[in-house]
Amino acid sequence: MKTYLLEIKYEFLKALRLPAYSLPTLLFPIAFYIFFGVIFGARKTGPVSMSAYLIATYGAFGVIGASLFGFGVSVAVERGQGWLEVKRTTPMPIAAYFVAKLAMAMLFSAIIVILLFVVGTFFGGVQLPLTTMLSLFGILVAGSVTFAAFGLAIGFFAGPNSAAPIVNLIYLPLAFLSGLWVPILFLPQKVQNFALWLPPYHFSQLALRTIGASRGQPVLLHVSAMVIATIVFTTIAYIGYRRDEGKLYG
Amino acid sequence: MNAATLTSVTKNYGMVEALRGLDLAIRPGELVALLGANGAGKTTAVRLLLGLAKPTSGSVQVFGGDPRDARSRTRMGAVLQVARVPETLKVREHIDLFRSYYPRPMSMAEIIAAANLEGVEHRQFGQLSGGQQKRVLFALAIAGNPDLLILDEPTVGLDVEARRALWKQIRAFVALGKSVLLTTHYLAEAEALANRVVVVHKGVVVREGTPKEIRGDAASLEDAFVELIA
Repeated sequence: MKTYLLEIKYEFLKALRLPAYSLPTLLFPIAFYIFFGVIFGARKTGPVSMSAYLIATYGAFGVIGASLFGFGVSVAVERGQGWLEVKRTTPMPIAAYFVAKLAMAMLFSAIIVILLFVVGTFFGGVQLPLTTMLSLFGILVAGSVTFAAFGLAIGFFAGPNSAAPIVNLIYLPLAFLSGLWVPILFLPQKVQNFALWLPPYHFSQLALRTIGASRGQPVLLHVSAMVIATIVFTTIAYIGYRRDEGKLYG
Repeated sequence: MNAATLTSVTKNYGMVEALRGLDLAIRPGELVALLGANGAGKTTAVRLLLGLAKPTSGSVQVFGGDPRDARSRTRMGAVLQVARVPETLKVREHIDLFRSYYPRPMSMAEIIAAANLEGVEHRQFGQLSGGQQKRVLFALAIAGNPDLLILDEPTVGLDVEARRALWKQIRAFVALGKSVLLTTHYLAEAEALANRVVVVHKGVVVREGTPKEIRGDAASLEDAFVELIA
């Protein structure tokens, strides 16, 4: 138990002392939101204002980023540089390592969502009931589990230097095509159909449901998509983890 | 009981045979130096002993148990070749975390003294000199109060002074009756530290004995070594 808490504590200190890495993850979604959500915020998209709608989608965008970078890239780096291997020679429960990184990804996710609420409420004229805010917050932060698994799958196959560019290459187009930057209904029909195959789309629809702005597809569809994605990514990550045992010749 | 035993161990990586029937025993209170050219199989042997890899055939035991069990790992510590250590954590913080992995760790003060880190314990890892960084890795290796220490080229890249300082700490560890397996490229290091030298070549042991026995009539251990693997 003590190990778990210490792992989380030092993971947190590492992030705090390297603001050059952690600040962009926090500030990117906020900056995007200010640009699209506050400036064009008064426009309506479906039943809600753009500024409310985009809290959900940029929240999803921020959570995915925090999870892919904070979890995936950081595992790829520590693994590629041999640090994970040093830890694996100790009796440390390997779960402690992953739990600490997941806790950080969730903490970052929570900070991003809270910042979006603050900016939306004070500058975007968003008025959401507290219960709605809480359920939106809960869904967004919980979603980081799926994308942490995604990040881990990348982290166990990418090298320490290629992980960040690979994540960017996947993350940004995926976010756009899933309707996280611009509402999905503004995108061409073909993209809307394709989005059904993308986990971030289902994630954002679950978030949008809480404010009554989803497209009305069944919850079960979105939830199963998220669960399947989590299982697939975790399996890939596990294969990568086991593969590490076999290689490195010297 | 031996601290560690490898019996007829083979390890293949795809088509490459890294170890081809290696036998190696480390007895209590003994410092064994594993010598070999690059690719001889030293690092593979170390990875097997640490439970980071599974042998293709043969058996690997540490204190009579499987090195892949957490229980065996509580009695081992290792200095590996690592490209980078998290740089923004302080020396004390690194040690604090590693101590928490073990049931009966050494005290913080003992570790700092044994690794000669007094005065730098509040510095971040990234602000230390190369020699100090190696000493931190040594501190992490002994944090759990292990009975077997495995050092994979611990002094590579260090200047003479830093190397000798680390030798002193390794000797102090052996003086407590504990065992060490050391791989090194510096023949002088093997000569200065080891009770026994084991020369591996192409995945098997080609010679073992005291540094003096290995040297034989050659002018230096290095000459003897070069002749052995030629």
